[in-house]
Amino acid sequence: MSESTAAFLYLVSGVLFILALRGLSHPTTSRQGNLMGMVGMAIAVLTTLFLAEPSFGGLLLIVVGIAIGGTAGAVIARRIAMTAMPQLVAAFHSLVGLAAVMVAAAALYAPESMGIGTVGAIHGQALVEMSIGVAIGAITFTGSIIAFLKLDGRMSGKPIMLPSRHAINIALAVLLVVLVVWFAISESHLVFWLIVLVSLALGVLLIVPIGGADMPVVVSMLNSYSGWAAAGIGFTLQNLALIITGALVGSSGAILSYIMCKGMNRSFVSVILGGFGGDSGPAGTQDLGDRTIKQGSAEDAAYLMANAAKVIIVPGYGMAVAQAQHALREMADKLKEAGVEVKYAIHPVAGRMPGHMNVLLAEANVPYDDVFELEDINSEFSQADVAFVIGANDVTNPAARDDKTSPIYGMPILNVDQAQTCLFVKRSLGSGYAGIDNTLFYKDNTMMLLADAKKMVEDIVKALDR
Amino acid sequence: MEHETARETLQRLNEAGSAINDARHGVERMIGEGYGHVADAAAHSGTDPFVFHFAIFILAIFVGYYVVWSVTPALHTPLMSVTNAISSVIVVGALLAVGLSASGLATTFGFVALILASVNIFGGFLVTHRMLAMYKKKSK
Repeated sequence: MSESTAAFLYLVSGVLFILALRGLSHPTTSRQGNLMGMVGMAIAVLTTLFLAEPSFGGLLLIVVGIAIGGTAGAVIARRIAMTAMPQLVAAFHSLVGLAAVMVAAAALYAPESMGIGTVGAIHGQALVEMSIGVAIGAITFTGSIIAFLKLDGRMSGKPIMLPSRHAINIALAVLLVVLVVWFAISESHLVFWLIVLVSLALGVLLIVPIGGADMPVVVSMLNSYSGWAAAGIGFTLQNLALIITGALVGSSGAILSYIMCKGMNRSFVSVILGGFGGDSGPAGTQDLGDRTIKQGSAEDAAYLMANAAKVIIVPGYGMAVAQAQHALREMADKLKEAGVEVKYAIHPVAGRMPGHMNVLLAEANVPYDDVFELEDINSEFSQADVAFVIGANDVTNPAARDDKTSPIYGMPILNVDQAQTCLFVKRSLGSGYAGIDNTLFYKDNTMMLLADAKKMVEDIVKALDR
Repeated sequence: MEHETARETLQRLNEAGSAINDARHGVERMIGEGYGHVADAAAHSGTDPFVFHFAIFILAIFVGYYVVWSVTPALHTPLMSVTNAISSVIVVGALLAVGLSASGLATTFGFVALILASVNIFGGFLVTHRMLAMYKKKSK
């Protein structure tokens, strides 16, 4: 195959990737989109094989490699629980990062196979592109591992604040730039590995100070990084598919980060600087003692909802933790049978990654046209009889709307307090991820249902049957 | 005299031959670098092929920007997993390294990258497929 034909085919696969993302504009076209992505990938792989015409030994090695990786990937994809998607995505990001580092290393040690010169005489431009790709790749690798550990609960979600960490980070970043320049001039393998080392350290240092509440931003940001790393390598290899994909993924991750930041009313810079939010727990600086809450039982909740005309359910990460989504759908079905209008309201940052709640509800067979985004449903709370909050907290806190002194002031919230009655399922009266007391608990029209989310919903289902 | 002319002609022919050879090498090199017609034009105007790649890169960022904004928020998780899968097209680099490189070290790096990227390709597309299969419309 000639190089021109190959370049053309890489372009085709790049276009197919664009169409794959385009398909995600609606659930009905999304499956077809995913298929196009797969075809695009197959074209890219086959084109490379026909172009390279590897020896029999090389081909054997390639088949073995794809078989090992492919089997592992397929098994993981089949087994992973939907609640664990954020961890999985973070882990996958780390693989892309490491793969970028490895490809760059291979290009450095065998530049002739990539058509970028010979050892000791690689084009200077290729060296710069390579080192940028490898630096971003290494940062993505360790950063994603830290994000994975935090999301998977193997590491505390509390921000880890090193003393003078900003100074350390800036020093490392400057060092990185110096190393890149030195590498471009010298093509020294030692300097290459120094770049890798510094970037690995930087990846860890960038993510450890970021608290659990900001994880949706971090996951999106690392998504973006993995794209830029791929693009960097794409420039080195002068491969159109890789350049186009890198740009797509890079901008996709950046947009998701932006949406997440907006959902929390936080600037991207303040998220990067870190230190916000820890593990959920009985934090809260305000005095909780002298205010009263109204507590209800499953029977009370069942009675209220069975007699309502409209119920809006607000799920949050707590629902996922308690695995209550299936019981919740059962409850909604029962209510619908009784003639109650049931809708779901999703806050942009509900869950640990963008769109996480939607996937969990879809898994529990909730039809997607019952699920609404914040902007589309917020005006309906005032006409709803019951707002049923399950596992969400900060995203319903009226302080974000009314209290200018609140640290989350300005964050868009779901106006559950405007519903006739607000039922709030919660394990205890502790504060949310942001560590802020929720004033909603003490309102007259709020009834607290203090129990494990799954158990409470199951009890409500039983009570509805009676 | 005739002898002289013949020699001269021969020499010219030789020169012409080597010129053609040079030109062929040049063209081969250009095609070899994979730019086809674009590079041909580029070579004439003296533009670095990097500029073309960079232009494609910038345009792809804009395409990505508009395409991603049109993705429904309900599908943001599948969006992340599918972008994950497609960014593993970095596998092309790994394939070249494994298939072509003579150095043992480069082959090893390439092989590791190949395994990692394959995990991502299969894992990413399949998990996306699994998720998308769950999104159902109201059955009425």
